[in-house]
Amino acid sequence: MKEDNFLKKIDWLILPLLGMGVVVLLWQVSSATSAKELPSPAKTWASSKDYILKPFEKRGEMDQGILRFTWYSLVLVAKGYALALIIGTPIGFFLGLSKMFTKTFDPIIQILRPVSPLAWLPLGLVLFVSAGKNASELGALFTIAVCAMWPTVLNTAVGVRAIPQDYLNVAKVLKLSRTKTLFKVLIPATLPYMFTGFRLSLGIAWLVIVAAEMLTGRPGVGGFLWQEYNALIYEHIILCIITIGVVGFVLDRLMSVVERRFKTA
Amino acid sequence: MAYLELKNVSKSFGGAQVLKDINLSVEKGEFVAIVGFSGAGKTTLISLIAGLLQPDSGAMTLNDLEITAPGPDRGIVFQNYSLLPWLTVYENILLAVEAVNPNWSADKKKEHVEKYIAMVNLTPARDKKPGELSGGMRQRVSVARALAMNPQILLLDEPLSALDALTRATLQDEISRIWSEDRKTVVLITNDPDEGIYLADRIIPLTAGPGATLGPSFTVEIPRPRDRKAINHYPAFKKLRRDIVEFMLNSRTHRAAAVTRKLTLPDIEPEDLNIPRTMTGWRTTPIRKREVENVSVEVNS
Ligand SMILES: Nc1ncnc2c1ncn2[C@@H]1O[C@H](COP(=O)(O)OP(=O)(O)O)[C@@H](O)[C@H]1O
Ligand SMILES: [Mg+2]
Repeated sequence: MKEDNFLKKIDWLILPLLGMGVVVLLWQVSSATSAKELPSPAKTWASSKDYILKPFEKRGEMDQGILRFTWYSLVLVAKGYALALIIGTPIGFFLGLSKMFTKTFDPIIQILRPVSPLAWLPLGLVLFVSAGKNASELGALFTIAVCAMWPTVLNTAVGVRAIPQDYLNVAKVLKLSRTKTLFKVLIPATLPYMFTGFRLSLGIAWLVIVAAEMLTGRPGVGGFLWQEYNALIYEHIILCIITIGVVGFVLDRLMSVVERRFKTA
Repeated sequence: MAYLELKNVSKSFGGAQVLKDINLSVEKGEFVAIVGFSGAGKTTLISLIAGLLQPDSGAMTLNDLEITAPGPDRGIVFQNYSLLPWLTVYENILLAVEAVNPNWSADKKKEHVEKYIAMVNLTPARDKKPGELSGGMRQRVSVARALAMNPQILLLDEPLSALDALTRATLQDEISRIWSEDRKTVVLITNDPDEGIYLADRIIPLTAGPGATLGPSFTVEIPRPRDRKAINHYPAFKKLRRDIVEFMLNSRTHRAAAVTRKLTLPDIEPEDLNIPRTMTGWRTTPIRKREVENVSVEVNS
């Protein structure tokens, strides 16, 4: 009985490890049998351990520790993401507050929303071509902002529409000014929805960064991945995929902690 | 003209008439209770007075000025408290005080807010959020917020209905005390005639909806200060209570009668099951009542 309880207590750790074990095993088996080109787990480790064990080392522009690459990517994501929130949140508020605005802009939003980052990036590069050296960075920022802002826009709009009439009545009875109504009533009441949007937007921003770096060849996880593909070093592609996944997971966890704080408030 | 005056005010929501021909006059300093069944339109009535809703027809004036929009001259205690959950008790009340007295110094605002928190005995909960308070405490914050605005008139929408009996009695005493201290004009909405009798100068029943209207005004002749226990033995109390309840129940039964269809009994007589069946399996053709001219019943002794 006692052992049973103990197993139950640590199954949150054991079961995920078991799941990963199964996947690594499948990877091992398929690399040994059907997919001969796929590097085995051991080979991947051997070839990648320099990048993992010295994660911040810089040996050359496109030959750096994996966390150093991740850092470059994160910095770019942070800029693009901030841009997405700064643009997306007010648009969400306008959509939530004004039926006219919704009727006017909702169709175009629904059309732009599903467009892939791969389609936006070339446009971004063209738009900023006059920026010369900075064109690739600005193009990437533009793409991240345009792709990542939609969840923020839509969730903020839903949140504003969901504000209970009671709170609006309080603002009306007190004759609060527009700015006071915005900061004391509308924004606090919408925050939980906004943060759901922020979390989803961050996920998309991270997806987009990889694509943007691959296409522009900027140093970062995505750029490294593309370079190693061209250099036929498949082990490093796997290293990049795992890194991208882990970082995305960690970002999502961090945001959901923040989100929960606002849910209960 | 009376201080608060409603003349033939009607209100419908999408075709369904809720209030019809409401006439109400409240004098300055008067405490009036409006008693009505739930769903009759009490919240609708108070929202109209507050200016949160516009009437379809009729006129409303407060202090000879037409009521067109909400304003801090009318302090409202909403049925569901309507506190902002992200602000503390202090901040909720401060928001109201700042809205009404933007030119006061920070110290004066603080002192004012704290005075009203103390008035409703919530000083220990000063920095708590509404979510951490009990229903009774939230209701007191709501009352303190309305009072702190120092409005010309207080509109209380079933402020105590959601509370347990004990808390309710305590808060009734508190409302009574606060009112006797500064004699504000009060319109109290309630579903409890006893509460109305204990607190108000006059009680006006709202008839059952749809198309509810105000009934006659019942003056409460019981002298103040009123004692909750002694009031029960007051001869006027029992009669008043009976009259109000009776009026309200009648308003409902009249309604009920008005909506039921005229009933018709079937034009057929009961059959005698002892009569043997005919060849076809049917009994005799049914007897129509209108065809019966002479009924005789045989009784076997
Ligand atoms: N905003 C609204 N839209 C449509 N119907 C409403 C609205 N507000 C109230 N009603 C209807 O009006 C009637 C009276 O409601 P209310 O004034 O809240 O009653 P009470 O406060 O006496 O319980 C109810 O039948 C309710 O459904
Ligand atoms: Mg109500």
